[in-house]
Amino acid sequence: MVSGGEVKLFGMWASPAVRRVEWALKLKGIKYEYVEEDISNKSGALVQYNPINKQVPVLLHNGKPIVESLVILEYIDEVWKHHPILPKDPYERAMARFWAAYSEDKCRDAVRRVFFAEGGERAKAIECLEETLRALDGELEGKEFFGGENIGFSDLVLGWMAFWLGVSEEVASFEVLDPKKFPWFTSWIDNFLQVPAIKENLPPRDKTVAFFHGYRRLHLAAPNC
Amino acid sequence: MATAAKGVVLLDFWVSPFGQRCRIALAEKGVEYEYKEENLWDKSPLLLKANPVHKKIPVLIHEGNPICESLVIVQYIDEVWSNNPLLPSDPYERAQARFWADFVDKKIYECGTRLWKLKGEAQEEARKDMIEILKLLEGELGDKKYFGGETFGFVDVAFVPFSAWFYSYETCGNFSVEKECPKLVAWAKRCMERESVSKSLHDPHKVHEFVGHLKKMYGVE
Repeated sequence: MVSGGEVKLFGMWASPAVRRVEWALKLKGIKYEYVEEDISNKSGALVQYNPINKQVPVLLHNGKPIVESLVILEYIDEVWKHHPILPKDPYERAMARFWAAYSEDKCRDAVRRVFFAEGGERAKAIECLEETLRALDGELEGKEFFGGENIGFSDLVLGWMAFWLGVSEEVASFEVLDPKKFPWFTSWIDNFLQVPAIKENLPPRDKTVAFFHGYRRLHLAAPNC
Repeated sequence: MATAAKGVVLLDFWVSPFGQRCRIALAEKGVEYEYKEENLWDKSPLLLKANPVHKKIPVLIHEGNPICESLVIVQYIDEVWSNNPLLPSDPYERAQARFWADFVDKKIYECGTRLWKLKGEAQEEARKDMIEILKLLEGELGDKKYFGGETFGFVDVAFVPFSAWFYSYETCGNFSVEKECPKLVAWAKRCMERESVSKSLHDPHKVHEFVGHLKKMYGVE
């Protein structure tokens, strides 16, 4: 375990954005205190440290807050330089950041659309999602991880798909993770979930499925919330 | 690639605030590059090859390697050409800069689009949202010369191209940026004193004319 000041993480157990920060902390062996937030009743601390978005994750390092999971990952990588997450080469760093942005701008939205789509909208939404999987599959060709031989920034950012996409499939009754269509991506899921820092830091599957069932029901009942 | 293996090429579109971020960053660093104007309604084979995933500008091509996504490009430029750094050296301050650049990215363009595209209640909501977003940014700027403090930095590069759109936002949304956020207007003026900015941004009336074309295209009146 490495130190380097007091590290506190405000999170929520089912949140993929929080897990990616935890994965980074675990990979680097950084000692931290975890505080579970009740997002239906946000604590004063969360509002104080993230007044703009009032969201988890919030990393507190020596009392100073850092918010937005991708910003937090880069911060962690810059402060604790061992076991680097981002590559050294500027072009490779740009590629890692590109795929991280792709995860946040395209993949999340694509999964969300399928998750909440009903009736006729579903087919189109699945098509969009498969397009993103095709792009990811193409990028992974010949590689074990997005980061190459070891997991890196893009793996941590895209890592939510290795677990939460499967959960979404179960909750919303759809299937996209086809090894025949996306051989590299489905292999990557297996590889990623085998990494100890990841394997030992996933939420319980049944509890997560139940949580997202509730989340989906709530949203479909009141779509503007 | 048809272009030379060495050298810098920027695939861009004249009015794009995302492209302008890259132009400003390159100018701040004194990097010579070839500017290629793309017709977004008839994209070049080069663009489609350089950015097959999104088929969008801007794309920076450096030594034959394409880099996409404007903030990824700006960080790349900052890392390759280390003179006049855009990001601070302290990790905490870098995190703050990345947060605010990301904030601009997530909020301004989307809200701005709602402002010119929508009418009635939806437009009114967009107006309220835009004022709130601008006020938050003004709060972050405070009394500093730039978002980067004394030095023109990453957040300034990320946000300043949108200052050329203030006139269009005001006109579509029926409000005054100067009245709501006078410090932002003063900041934008200071940025325009930098050649990197004044040579990259277009006249706000030209931008508004462009928005007029978009409105016609989308059948908005």
